[in-house]
Amino acid sequence: MRKIRLRINGDLYERDVRESKTLLHFLREDVGLTGTKEGCGAGECGACTVFMNGETVNSCLVLAVEADGADLQTIEGETAEDGSLSAVQQAFARHHAVQCGFCTPGMIMTVKDLLQRKPKPTREEVIHGIESNFCRCTGYQQIVEAVLDVTGQLPDSEKEGLKYV
Amino acid sequence: MYETIPADELKTVGRKSPRVDAYEKLTGHAPYVSDMVVSGMLYAAVKQSPHARARIRSIDTSRARELPGVRAVVTGAELDYRVGLYVVDKGILARDEVRHFGEAVAAVAADTLMIAQQAVRLIEVDYELLDPVLHPLKALEKDAPLVHPRLGDYSYMEAAFTPVPGTNIANHTKIRKGDVEKAFAEAEWIIERQYTNPSVQHVPMETHVAIVRWQPNDEVTIWSSAQSPFTLRNLFCTAMKLPHRNVRVIVPYVGGGFGGKAGIGIEPLVAVLSRLSGGRAVKLTASREQEFSLLPCRSQLTYRIKTGVSADGRITGQHMTMYWDSGAYADYAVNVTRASAYSAAGPYEIPNAWVDAYTIYTNKPFGTAYRGFGHVEFHWGIERHMDLVAKVIGMDPVEFRRRNTLKAGCRSLTGELIRENTGSVDKCLDAVCASINYGSLTKQEKERQKRTGMKIGKGVACFHKAPAMPPFTATAVILKMNEDGTVTANLALTDYGQGSYTAIGQIIAERLGFAVEKVKVAFDCDTDREPYDWQTVASKGLILSGNAAILAAEDLLARAYDVASQALRCNQIDLAHDGEKIYVKHHPESAVTFRQMAVGFAYPNGNGIGGPLIGVGRYIAQGLSHLDKATGQGNPALDWTYGAHGMIVEVNEKTGEYNILKVGSAFDVGKVVNPDSVRGQAIGGMMQGLGTAVCEGYIYDEAGHLLNPSFTDNKIPTSVDMPLEIECMVVETAQIDGPYGARGVGEHPMIGVAAALGNCLQQATEAEITHMPMRFEDVWRAIQKREPVDNWITKSPYGSCKSSPQVQGHHPELGC
Repeated sequence: MRKIRLRINGDLYERDVRESKTLLHFLREDVGLTGTKEGCGAGECGACTVFMNGETVNSCLVLAVEADGADLQTIEGETAEDGSLSAVQQAFARHHAVQCGFCTPGMIMTVKDLLQRKPKPTREEVIHGIESNFCRCTGYQQIVEAVLDVTGQLPDSEKEGLKYV
Repeated sequence: MYETIPADELKTVGRKSPRVDAYEKLTGHAPYVSDMVVSGMLYAAVKQSPHARARIRSIDTSRARELPGVRAVVTGAELDYRVGLYVVDKGILARDEVRHFGEAVAAVAADTLMIAQQAVRLIEVDYELLDPVLHPLKALEKDAPLVHPRLGDYSYMEAAFTPVPGTNIANHTKIRKGDVEKAFAEAEWIIERQYTNPSVQHVPMETHVAIVRWQPNDEVTIWSSAQSPFTLRNLFCTAMKLPHRNVRVIVPYVGGGFGGKAGIGIEPLVAVLSRLSGGRAVKLTASREQEFSLLPCRSQLTYRIKTGVSADGRITGQHMTMYWDSGAYADYAVNVTRASAYSAAGPYEIPNAWVDAYTIYTNKPFGTAYRGFGHVEFHWGIERHMDLVAKVIGMDPVEFRRRNTLKAGCRSLTGELIRENTGSVDKCLDAVCASINYGSLTKQEKERQKRTGMKIGKGVACFHKAPAMPPFTATAVILKMNEDGTVTANLALTDYGQGSYTAIGQIIAERLGFAVEKVKVAFDCDTDREPYDWQTVASKGLILSGNAAILAAEDLLARAYDVASQALRCNQIDLAHDGEKIYVKHHPESAVTFRQMAVGFAYPNGNGIGGPLIGVGRYIAQGLSHLDKATGQGNPALDWTYGAHGMIVEVNEKTGEYNILKVGSAFDVGKVVNPDSVRGQAIGGMMQGLGTAVCEGYIYDEAGHLLNPSFTDNKIPTSVDMPLEIECMVVETAQIDGPYGARGVGEHPMIGVAAALGNCLQQATEAEITHMPMRFEDVWRAIQKREPVDNWITKSPYGSCKSSPQVQGHHPELGC
C-alpha cells in the first residue's frame, strides 16, 4: 500500500492504495466516482477516459500511484455546481447522441479534449478525434453532429435529420 | 390504435422530444449494475475450460478453499440443475463433460475480486480430451460425436420446436408451401448457391454483470444487466424449483444488450455462490474476454438457396436450407432458426417454397438472440442471391426485386395475406434508389473515379422482419397520478438504450393530452413492483407496451372523469379536459383540476371521494397462431417492418480496399413517434450491420480454441468507419394495431447492410463474394477469382464459401 494525494474535480483526496490498483478501479471503488466506466480493461475501448493533468488518459492503463499529485477531471466534474449541463452535454442531449449511455462519460471527456485542442474542428477532425472511443449504439453520427453543433458548425442541411418519403 | 389521426393533430407523437434518460447518462449518475455495491458483498470469479470438448475426470478445489478470504467454491458435480429457454439443455456449470472453449467448470466467491481470481487459478481440473465437432455440416454426419447424447431426455417447448434425439439437431423447422418440384420443372432458370457467415459477438459496452443475494429463507434478490426481468425470473424459478414470489429481479440502467442479455445468463451461478456463502450478496462481472467465450454469441449460418425463375423474371419456386450453428447449447438459436425459416425468402412472394432450417449443436460457444434474430445472417444470403439471379437472367437487380416484392394480396411463406396496411417494401426500395441515384454515376462520381483510380459500385438490399415471439405475448403498463397532477408509468419492458421509454412517455402524454414533461417513465424495473412483460426483444416493445400505455392512460382518464362528474355534478359526456383540469364543456369555468383529484377529491367539508388515480393497461398480441409443425403454415407475425438499404462504394481493384461513400436507408415504420430516436436506431443499427459486414467474426483453430476474444483481434467499427454520407428515410404506412400507427424498428436497420455492400462490390468489380465479413483481403481474393480463404475455422475441411454458382438455364456469359 502507498499513500497518494490527488485532486479530483477540484476536491482533494488522500488515500492508501494498493500499488497494483489501476486509476480506473481507484476512482470507481476507493473514491466512489462510478461515472467513469470499464468497457474492456485493456485500453481498447475508451470508456474509462479521464483527464489527468489536462490530458486524456485511459484510466485502466494508469496505476493509481502514478496519479499521485495529479489533477484529475472525471465526468462528475463536467456539470456546473448547480447541476446544469455543460455545452457539450447539452449538445449530446439535443442530438440524441446518447443511447445506452455506457460509453458516454468517456466520450464526453474525449470530445472536451478535442475541443480544447481544436476549438473549431472540421467534420473530419471530429471523426478522427473520437476514434479512440467505442460506441456500439449510436453509430457515431449523432455524436459527430452534437460536436459540430457545440461549435456552431453543423450545416443546416443536417439539422432536419430524418427524411419522410 | 388511433392510427388515423392526422399528423398535424398530434401534439407529442411524431415530434422531437428529448430522451428521458439523457441527464443521468450524460452526467455519469445513471446507476448500472456494474456500478453497484451491496452491503456485505462478495466477488465471484469463474474457472473456464481451455478445451472445446473434454471429459472432466476430477476437479481439485482444495487449495482454492484454503486461501484466506474465500467464502465459497463450487463445481458442476454439486449442481444438479438444468437451465434452458426453449430446450432445457444446460447446466449451471459443466458436469462430467465440457462442451465448448470457455465453458464455466468451477466458480469462487471471495472477499475481494483479486482473492477470487487467485483462488480460481488454484483450482486444478483433470481433463480427458475428446475430439470436438466444430463445423455444423460435419456435426450432421452419421458418425459425428454427439454434443448432447441425452437430447431425448431434455424437456423442450413442444408447440414450437422439434429436436431430433440421436443427432446433433436441436431443432428442425419446416415450411412447405405449394409444389416446389413442379415449379422447378416449369422454370426457365434454376440458380443455386450457398452463403455463409461466422459467429459474432454483440459487444454491449457494459459486459454481463449480476449481483445475487440468496437469503437462507430462500428469498432471492437478483440485480442484473438483463433485458427481460420477468423471463429471467421465470427461468430462474423453474431451474431452482423456487416459487416466483420468492424471487425478485431488479434491472436498473443497462449498458447495451442487442439480444445478448435477453434470456438467462450468469445469474444462476452467482445465486448458488450466494447460497453457499450463507446468504451474502455475490457479484460477478464478466470480463471483456468472457463476453466472447463464457457468454453467448450470434450463430454461424450456412444458407443454401435454389431458385426457379420464369422467363419474365418471376420467382416461381424456391428451396431453402439453413444450417444454424447453435454451438454447445440451444438457448435462443432454436427460435432464431424458427423465425428465420418463416421469413427465409426476404420480402418477396414465393408461390412455391420449401424450407428446412436446422439448429445444430457443435462444440463452440453457444448462439443466442442478436439484433435481427437471424435476419441479418440470412438476408446476407437471400439479398446476395437476388443479385446473382438477376445477373443470370440478364435483368437489373432492382427491376428483378420490384417484380417479386411482397405486395397487397400476396401471401407470405406461412400463408399470411399481405395487405395495404402491412407496409410497403416498394416505397422503401424506390426511396433508396433515389437516394443513391441508382443505375448510373453522377458527374462528380465519374470525376472521383478518374481522380482516385477506384471503381464505384451501387447496390441495394431489401429486408423484412416480424417479431419472433409466442403468439400470445403480453404486457402491461401501470400509470399512477402523483399529488401534483404529474404521472409516473411503471412497466417491465426495459430500456437499455433503444429509447423505448422516451417514446412511451410521448404516447402517454399524447393520449392524456398532457405536456410530455408531466410524464415520467420509471427506470429500475423490479419484478416485485412492475406489472408483467414477457421480454424486451424482437422489436415488439413499442407496439405492445405502447398499446398498453394508451390503455393505461384511458383507464386513468376514465377514473378521473368518474370523480369529476361527481364533483361537478354532471354527466361524464358533458366533460372535457386539458393538461390541468377536467371541465364542463358548456360551463368551462366549472372545473376540477387533476391535482385536486390525484389522490382523492375532497369536498370543502372534508368528505372524500375517489382515491389515488391509477390506470392499468393490459395488452396481448391478437390473432396470431402457432405454426403447423409439418408445413409451417400459420400466422406468426405481429407486424412486418419492411425496409431497404442503398449503398455507394468505391473499390481499389488492385488491393481490394474499399470506402463506403453513402448509405441511404428507408424503413416503413408505420408512424414515427420520435424522429431523433428513429434516426438513432437507424444509424446505430446500420453501423452495427457494417461491423458484421466488414470485419467482425469468431476465429477458431482446429481444436476449437477461440483465437480472437478481444477488441485487438475482433474489431468493431469506430467513428472512422462511418460512411461518408448517411441518409435516413421513413415511410409511414400506418399499422392499424400499432400505437398511433407505429411499428417496431429497433432491429431492422442492421438487416441487409452486408448484402448491400456485397452487391456494390460485385457491381464495381465482378467480385463474387458469398461469405461475410468482407475484409479487404477477401475482396482482393474475390477480384482475383481465387478461392476464398477459410480461416474462420483454420484449415476446415469445408470451404466457408464456394463462389461459383450452380446454374441451370441459358446464359451465354456464364457458359450454361
